[in-house]
Amino acid sequence: MLRVDVEKQLGEFSLSASFSSEGRVTGLFGASGAGKTSLINMIAGILRPDRGTIVIDGETVDDTAAGIHVPTWRRRIGYVFQDARLFPHLNVAQNLDYGRRMNRLASDPAQRTRVVELLDIGALLDRRPGKLSGGERQRVALGRALLSKPRLLLLDEPLGALDEARKLEILPYLVRLRDEANIPMVYVSHDVAELRQLATQIVMLRQGRVTSFGGVKVLT
Amino acid sequence: MLDISPAEWTAILLSLRVAVVATLMATPFGIALAWLLARKDFWGKSVLDAVVHLPLVLPPVVTGYLLLLTFGRRGLVGGFLADHLGIVFAFRWTGAALACGLMSFPLLVRPMRLSIEAIDRRLEQAAETLGAAPFEVFFTVTLPLALPGVLAGMVLGFAKAIGEFGATITFVSNIPGETQTISSAIYSLIQTPDGDAAAGRLVIVSIVLALGALIAAEWFARRATARLHGN
Repeated sequence: MLRVDVEKQLGEFSLSASFSSEGRVTGLFGASGAGKTSLINMIAGILRPDRGTIVIDGETVDDTAAGIHVPTWRRRIGYVFQDARLFPHLNVAQNLDYGRRMNRLASDPAQRTRVVELLDIGALLDRRPGKLSGGERQRVALGRALLSKPRLLLLDEPLGALDEARKLEILPYLVRLRDEANIPMVYVSHDVAELRQLATQIVMLRQGRVTSFGGVKVLT
Repeated sequence: MLDISPAEWTAILLSLRVAVVATLMATPFGIALAWLLARKDFWGKSVLDAVVHLPLVLPPVVTGYLLLLTFGRRGLVGGFLADHLGIVFAFRWTGAALACGLMSFPLLVRPMRLSIEAIDRRLEQAAETLGAAPFEVFFTVTLPLALPGVLAGMVLGFAKAIGEFGATITFVSNIPGETQTISSAIYSLIQTPDGDAAAGRLVIVSIVLALGALIAAEWFARRATARLHGN
């Protein structure tokens, strides 16, 4: 499903990571500065590896030897950022439809209703992002990424900017997403408890290197 | 209240036409240049920036004279355009629009550039992850978020264009009904005995137009802040 074998030099920091995952939710675990965000940004195509390959769903999106680098907008990925990044000039409904419009997908009202219900955001559709709480914003960001029908959903500490109460508000949605949405995910976190609940496989990163890889039990 | 004569109306309407055309023609170039200056680093960027601001600091008569040399009938560009495309600038209202567009360009570009610089680039990155190609990112995220700044720049450019005098009169002279704008009409009137009342009326019209434009620009700037914060 996802194969990564990359090297990247970022100033003093060197990242060298290799893993492949068939799991539904691949947890990228490590302390801050371990290279988690750099790695996920390479999968997204935002960063370009110095050397190596990335294969998503059988398609080679990066291969430095062959000179392949598929730009982000053609990778058909979804990305949920820590800071939601909703478009402030669009309301929630328009934010949700953005990915579908850009990918020129036919409108799929049934899918939209499913996602809106899954994330409980039906009451927010007419609002602007500026009028939403942090938790609401993150739910809309999840919906927006899902509705672009990605092959792979990348989540970079999606709960990182929320307080404990808000985290507990969002976690059940993520669990439902994993069990119902049928989209493989890469989930970046430094929170063991979070990954125990969500991940099916763990890639442990330390100072730019993969130190262990396997089931959730590697977290103990 | 103001008893405006037909001749004065002609000057007012001509000024409006010149300023509207100048602003509309300058806007696409202004947006492109603002984006380039806000987003790209390239060799000669500071020179380009200086050249754009040149009309602001150069004596307007110099700008007008340079326009005459370049776009006049016998000028390098003007001769070519007249012979091959039938476009004539010299001593025509179109030339006034060209002069006004050039003179107002620095004022038009500045708010556009500032509003593009103020946009959070991470939003553009988010748009890319959702499948937007670079030109789609520009038209669906960058431009809408910069829109209040673009409008503010257009209003300021318009206000400057409507009052432009030195470059216009040098390049296209002061022909009633063709190139005599409000400014050049005032200039003629104050040199004429008994022209004071007519000049005064045009002065009031100028002040109203300029004030209106400044208030509108301020309003757009406030909208810009609200838009970026998503309210």
